[in-house]
Amino acid sequence: MPTDMPNDNPRPDSSPDMDETVSDSAPEPVSANGQADPDDAAAAPPKADPSVRPKIEIQDLNFWYTDTHALKGITMNVKPHQVTALIGPSGCGKSTLLRCLNRMNELIDGTTLEGDIQVDGQDIYAPDTDPVMVRRRIGMVFQKPNPFPKTIYKNVAWGAQINGYTGDMDDLVERSLRQAALWDEVKDQLHSSALNLSGGQQQRLCIARTLAVQPDVVLMDEPASALDPIATSKIEETITELKSDYTIVIVTHNMQQASRISDETAFLYMGRLVEMNPTEKLFTRPEKDRTEAYVTGRFG
Amino acid sequence: MSTESPPTSTAPESAAAEDRATARPADDLTQQVYDSPKELAIKYALGACALVSVFTTLGIAAVLVIESIPFFQEVALTEFFGSAEWTPQFSEKHFGIWALLSGTILVTVISAVVALPIGLASAIYISEYAADGVRRVLKPGLELLAGVPTVVYGYFALTFVTPLLQAVVPGLGVYNALSAGIVVGIMIVPMVASLSEDALQAVPDSLSGAAYALGATKFETVLRVNVPAAFSGIMASFILAVSRAIGETMIVTLAAGASPKMTLDPTQSIQTMTAFIVQVSKGDTPQGTIVYQSIFAVGLVLFLITLAMNIFATRITQRYQEKY
Repeated sequence: MPTDMPNDNPRPDSSPDMDETVSDSAPEPVSANGQADPDDAAAAPPKADPSVRPKIEIQDLNFWYTDTHALKGITMNVKPHQVTALIGPSGCGKSTLLRCLNRMNELIDGTTLEGDIQVDGQDIYAPDTDPVMVRRRIGMVFQKPNPFPKTIYKNVAWGAQINGYTGDMDDLVERSLRQAALWDEVKDQLHSSALNLSGGQQQRLCIARTLAVQPDVVLMDEPASALDPIATSKIEETITELKSDYTIVIVTHNMQQASRISDETAFLYMGRLVEMNPTEKLFTRPEKDRTEAYVTGRFG
Repeated sequence: MSTESPPTSTAPESAAAEDRATARPADDLTQQVYDSPKELAIKYALGACALVSVFTTLGIAAVLVIESIPFFQEVALTEFFGSAEWTPQFSEKHFGIWALLSGTILVTVISAVVALPIGLASAIYISEYAADGVRRVLKPGLELLAGVPTVVYGYFALTFVTPLLQAVVPGLGVYNALSAGIVVGIMIVPMVASLSEDALQAVPDSLSGAAYALGATKFETVLRVNVPAAFSGIMASFILAVSRAIGETMIVTLAAGASPKMTLDPTQSIQTMTAFIVQVSKGDTPQGTIVYQSIFAVGLVLFLITLAMNIFATRITQRYQEKY
């Protein structure tokens, strides 16, 4: 694999603790969620310096759906405060890989995972790691907009509420909607149903909802594939703006989109990582023939 | 379409198109297929079937109203709704529906208290928690429970549940509303569970996926996403089950007693509206007497209650449903 990097970074003391078990108990107070705590902010990795230790380290990851070997020995790193794009033809495993990063795949029966995924040096698949805590830190936006059939306000507040957010909820809702570039469009109809919004607005609401939980990583599974070009460009602008506060991993079918918004791109093919490089290099001077064939449109 | 120049797409496709084109002559576009006699016959036959239930309901309502008229000519509405005694067989007759209605309400409330939580909890377990193997055993098991004849439930109440309750509740008589209510509740659990489970299954996975991705636990997801989204179906199951409890006859006839009285004490022997109708229908009450006519009045009240519940359910559903 071209992107093998050492994986022996020391575990930082400041990482929020994911070992807590909450699956069967009431939500914990929000301090566990790293909420606006000055200490946490100070300990956060320095921004705009991509050469620091990776945010996510994936080591020899294998994944099976019952009998289908969907991911084969993936090893790659995701840098903090960057947009990392996962590209590849349908069925190459890019969405599967994304869903491994916040343990969403275990909700599917009959899946098996081998290998190691560390976020800030913490093994998110360790036996004492709780998937609920992992997902609070690693948010996700899905391919199809899937707002809850509730009001706009409740959609944004929902995740924060169940995670025990005790701050000013109105403020959080406004902040999250602003970050998702939706506030101006919905500020007068916060208490009407989210389902009245257009597809693009719904997707930005889903982004706002994810941000309201205050994750450090946001995973996006083809977030614009169901949207028209105008809505898509708004989502892309939003993603670019979010980079300063979050680490973003995005699956996309659309190579132009990957080249527009991502800093690094990983090309997957048949469950294997073929190449991962800075986006500009991967698209203009790919190292592997297969990558070149794909990005130039000769297959895929 | 000309068969001489097949389109230049992929080979198997054009071959198939060619086959079709040569095997069949061009269609006569004026041929009447859409409105053919066969299509029309099917349409009307299906419509007739759909109307059967409507006409049956109207017929029942008409019979109840018409047959109740002589009764209400004898018994004033003030007596019917104002008196607390129901003594049609006594020399001094009283026709206060509340004596029967309270029995029905008592049994229904007890059964609802038993069935709604257990039924909904079972539905949530089967739909969201149970592994496939467990689900495959549980669902048919519940449906089996729904197939038990109510007369068997009646005996179960009388000979098993009542003695059991008597050990706990001192002074509980052989016939009492509590035992009957609990067993009616057990009887309607499968209905609540099965219909609520269907409603929960129908909630799109994308909604629970969103909840999990926001760091919700399973219970938070179920309680705050799936149940609200399935609310209309769950409510429908409740209403259907409660209507069934109101109309349940055999269990209350066997286990609740035959002494109409206005009480909310579940340890008492009572009589429900349905049990009274049985008592009169199966006995040798001559047709045309006031006692005989009273069963139509009671039947009419039952009918109106069920109707009101249905309207109420529709309102509630419209108001609180989360459409997805």
